[in-house]
Amino acid sequence: MENEKNILEVRNLQVNFKTYAGDVKAIRDVSFDLRKGETLAIVGESGSGKSVTTRTIMGLNASNADIASGTIKYKGDDLLKKSEKEMEAIRGQDIAEIFQDPMTSLDPTMKIGRQIAEPLMVHKGMKKEKALAQALEMMKLVGITDAENRINDYPHQFSGGMRQRIVIAIALVNYPEILIADEPTTALDVTIQAQILNLMKELQDKISTSIIFITHDLGVVAGMADRVAVMYAGKIVEYGTVDEIFYNPKHPYTWGLLSSMPTMDTGGDELPSIPGTPPDLLDPPKGDAFAARNAYALKIDTEKEPPFFKVSDTHYAATWLMHPDAPEVTPPAQIVERQKKYADMQSKLVQTQRTTGPVEEEEEQQ
Amino acid sequence: MAKYLAKRIFYLVLTLFIVITVTFFLMKLLPGTPLTNQAKLSKSQIALIYEQYGLNKPVWQQYLLYLAGAVRGNFGTSFQFSDQPVSYLLSSRIGPSLQIGLQAMIFGVIIGIIVGSFGAMKQNTWVDTSATFVSILGISIPSFVLAVLLQYYLGLKLGWFPIAEWGGFIYTVLPTLALGATPLAESARFVRTEMVDVLSSDYIELAKAKGLSRTGVIYHHALRNSLIPLITIVGPLAVNIMTGSMVVENIFSIPGIGEQFVKSVLTNDYPTIMGLTIIYSFMLCVVLLFTDILYGIVDPRIRITGKAN
Amino acid sequence: MADTVKLPEDSFKPISADDRTALDSEKIAAPSLTFAQDAWRRLRKNKGAWISLIVLAIVFIMAFGSIFVSPHDPNAVNPSYANLPSKIPGIGINGFNGTLVQAGQRVDAYKQAGASNLHYIMGTDYLGRDLFSRVLYGTRISLIIALVATLFDLTIGVTYGMFSGWKGGRIDTIMQRIIEIILSIPNLVVIVLLILILKPGMTSIIIAIALTSWTNMARLVRAQTMELKEQEFILAARTLGERPMQIAFKHLLPNLSSVIIINTMFTIPNAIFFEATLSYIGIGISSPQASLGTLLNDGQKNFQFLPYQMWWPALVLSIIMLAFNLLGDGLRDAFDPRTKE
Ligand SMILES: Nc1ncnc2c1ncn2[C@@H]1O[C@H](COP(=O)(O)OP(=O)(O)O)[C@@H](O)[C@H]1O
Ligand SMILES: [Mg+2]
Repeated sequence: MENEKNILEVRNLQVNFKTYAGDVKAIRDVSFDLRKGETLAIVGESGSGKSVTTRTIMGLNASNADIASGTIKYKGDDLLKKSEKEMEAIRGQDIAEIFQDPMTSLDPTMKIGRQIAEPLMVHKGMKKEKALAQALEMMKLVGITDAENRINDYPHQFSGGMRQRIVIAIALVNYPEILIADEPTTALDVTIQAQILNLMKELQDKISTSIIFITHDLGVVAGMADRVAVMYAGKIVEYGTVDEIFYNPKHPYTWGLLSSMPTMDTGGDELPSIPGTPPDLLDPPKGDAFAARNAYALKIDTEKEPPFFKVSDTHYAATWLMHPDAPEVTPPAQIVERQKKYADMQSKLVQTQRTTGPVEEEEEQQ
Repeated sequence: MAKYLAKRIFYLVLTLFIVITVTFFLMKLLPGTPLTNQAKLSKSQIALIYEQYGLNKPVWQQYLLYLAGAVRGNFGTSFQFSDQPVSYLLSSRIGPSLQIGLQAMIFGVIIGIIVGSFGAMKQNTWVDTSATFVSILGISIPSFVLAVLLQYYLGLKLGWFPIAEWGGFIYTVLPTLALGATPLAESARFVRTEMVDVLSSDYIELAKAKGLSRTGVIYHHALRNSLIPLITIVGPLAVNIMTGSMVVENIFSIPGIGEQFVKSVLTNDYPTIMGLTIIYSFMLCVVLLFTDILYGIVDPRIRITGKAN
Repeated sequence: MADTVKLPEDSFKPISADDRTALDSEKIAAPSLTFAQDAWRRLRKNKGAWISLIVLAIVFIMAFGSIFVSPHDPNAVNPSYANLPSKIPGIGINGFNGTLVQAGQRVDAYKQAGASNLHYIMGTDYLGRDLFSRVLYGTRISLIIALVATLFDLTIGVTYGMFSGWKGGRIDTIMQRIIEIILSIPNLVVIVLLILILKPGMTSIIIAIALTSWTNMARLVRAQTMELKEQEFILAARTLGERPMQIAFKHLLPNLSSVIIINTMFTIPNAIFFEATLSYIGIGISSPQASLGTLLNDGQKNFQFLPYQMWWPALVLSIIMLAFNLLGDGLRDAFDPRTKE
């Protein structure tokens, strides 16, 4: 499934962690693509393997990690086959990362100007002065006020939101092809969250980078992502465009995630969170890993892992409910409503298409 | 900064004042007088000596006199060497002690940093195991045992270093090694723990994500962050060296204050003991003040202000 | 991608209640470790700590067992057998076979002394006392001093720390200042002063060590108490009107236990070290009593000619210190989830 538009292709990735109790099967056969210029959101509860996926791409996994199988093709080359030296040249240059906690991800004893300039000095061989000048530009770009005077400040002199801006500046200073943002707003206040998300969108346009946006909160995905992959227990269980995932979700896990997401309608009311806990990845269950928490579980879920069923060209879901023989189930009311909205949208779309003539089809082959 | 300094110096003076006061009254509880070491004396002679030492005055007067003297560096007259002022006795002895003490500190901390950071960088390998072993051994073997062993094997048997004498630098090597072993071990241990912590921190991961090489990460980020806290144990290390020097100076016949302290204790030379207690306490306070200030300078997170704590 | 395999008939029936309970129980099968279990697992994995524990057990049994069975009376003077070197039956290595070098020649010291049929595994001292028995005896005294001092120091340190941390505010500030003042004099100096006042002897050594070494414990306990104080279960206990004493014993102490245990493991070797230093200087234990420090001091006098007289006590002292340090390290790693791998 080589594709010109794909800048990153992850195939059949399996990552295990060796621990005292046995192998933790953290990533169990994950495949996805990242297209040029798009934002792909990977969503899932904490512990579902999102961070391990990003670390594997960066080549920064813990020492007890074992990549059992898979390929990660970046511009045609398998990153997993690269030497440490080659990976060093890619990290911070082609692929950059933003981490979750801005309070801890900056070196507390180094001036921030220097921290932003570092990737330039490492990859472009720039002298300190020149790199600092460029770092200053970057600081302005990410919206740090009074940048000239603050370039020699230390991280503790900044607020959490400002620090995350600095981290973003560090990540983007080399105009990377891919930006991995691992829960970049989780540790921030809601208002600051929105600012940071806006900033990321804005910068994505300016420097045309592709983003893998990791989050456990579907709420922040809507305005951010082009496509969404839902991850559960080390597997991707459903993926599709934002609209498809939000308005026509097929996997009961996605239903659960959507129902536990605050919306305008639900307001601040108590949100139903998905009951139960994710399975133990030391010994993942036979069949569908979500079965134990799935109110719609079928007998086969306990026996056989569901394959991906196609919903549309861009939308796939790994649940037996999609099997032609499966009984018809009624999703939770909220989901039904969403699906109804989707149907409306689709029909409207068809109508406008009829009136304005066929638009260029966005064929997105998986 | 000036306000902070003033405050710290005020605390230093207060501490010393309390130390002097407490030692003075403790010493008054002690049995024995300058005459304990003397043969029988006539009543008038005793009276004379009492006057010489000011022992005929009421205790509170003695105390005030002592305090007034101590401020000017005058700690009275030694019981043991009855014509020598304590300050004179000690001033000639402080040099050698400072020399081997500083040497031991520098040697111990530098080697300790090297051992500790290698241990952390090669975590859970044989390098780490040996580094840990060295530091545990250094903590477990008392410096005086090490001193005897070094003196005998490197000094007497192999003849590499002169022993039981005091002269140039070469005479300080063995005592420095003996005294430096514990600081070496302690700082190696401390640096290893700090560095292991630092290496697993988020900002190190970010540094790796920037594309820095392993050495780049260590050199630019890990080292500084794990070495700064080392300043906090310099005070305790200084205590360790002071303690060790009392026995080590004895073993190597170094004319320092540590050796004098033991001598004075064995001869009940109270004025000298008191003088030494104050000097030790003064040195320690200065070290603690100095390290605090240094910490404030090298760690940008600590802002030195006049505010308490 | 859709499946082509033939699936059993009832595959697409909703899951039965039985199946669901089976699924649920599968979930619980995962080994979830409590804090104590987790710590225990990590401690068990630590070979150094285990060996240390065993070594310490042996040392304790031998040192205290020697009250009842000792190869010789540790104080029995026998001048004709003075300064006999180590002789361990069955071992022919020089240094352990009862020979020593005299005037450039290796001679059998036991034959010279007319004691060919005897063997002292650590040799004898200058008064002909069996060194092994004396080392056992000295170890016992050193351990007693260290343990009793540590016990006091524990009581003072924990109480002081808890009180200071719990009260906070002005009282805390003053209590911390007091500690700072104590810490501004090297411990050994204070100990020596106290011993001079109390007259040298075992009791004064214990008191002196106890009175000076609690500061570290107090600081650690205070820091931990201040953290715990803010936690919900303590707040709950307070609002429920439990008395401070009750809270201290029921809620604080159990949560402080790991800090206390770990620090104790470092206080004991410290106390052993202070005792040895004092006795070595000559103001500690005095004859006929012996401790590892006095044995070292005795041995050091003749080190040039009879090195074993110092080597043995030095070895025992270092092994005890090493074992406590390794055990302390092991416990700290076990209790400290940060080092979790
Ligand atoms: N170094 C490691 N050793 C063992 N297990 C690990 C390690 N790192 C991650 N895991 C496990 O892998 C799973 C996925 O973790 P992670 O990717 O961090 O989840 P998240 O989706 O919240 O980012 C978790 O079950 C976690 O316990
Ligand atoms: Mg994560």
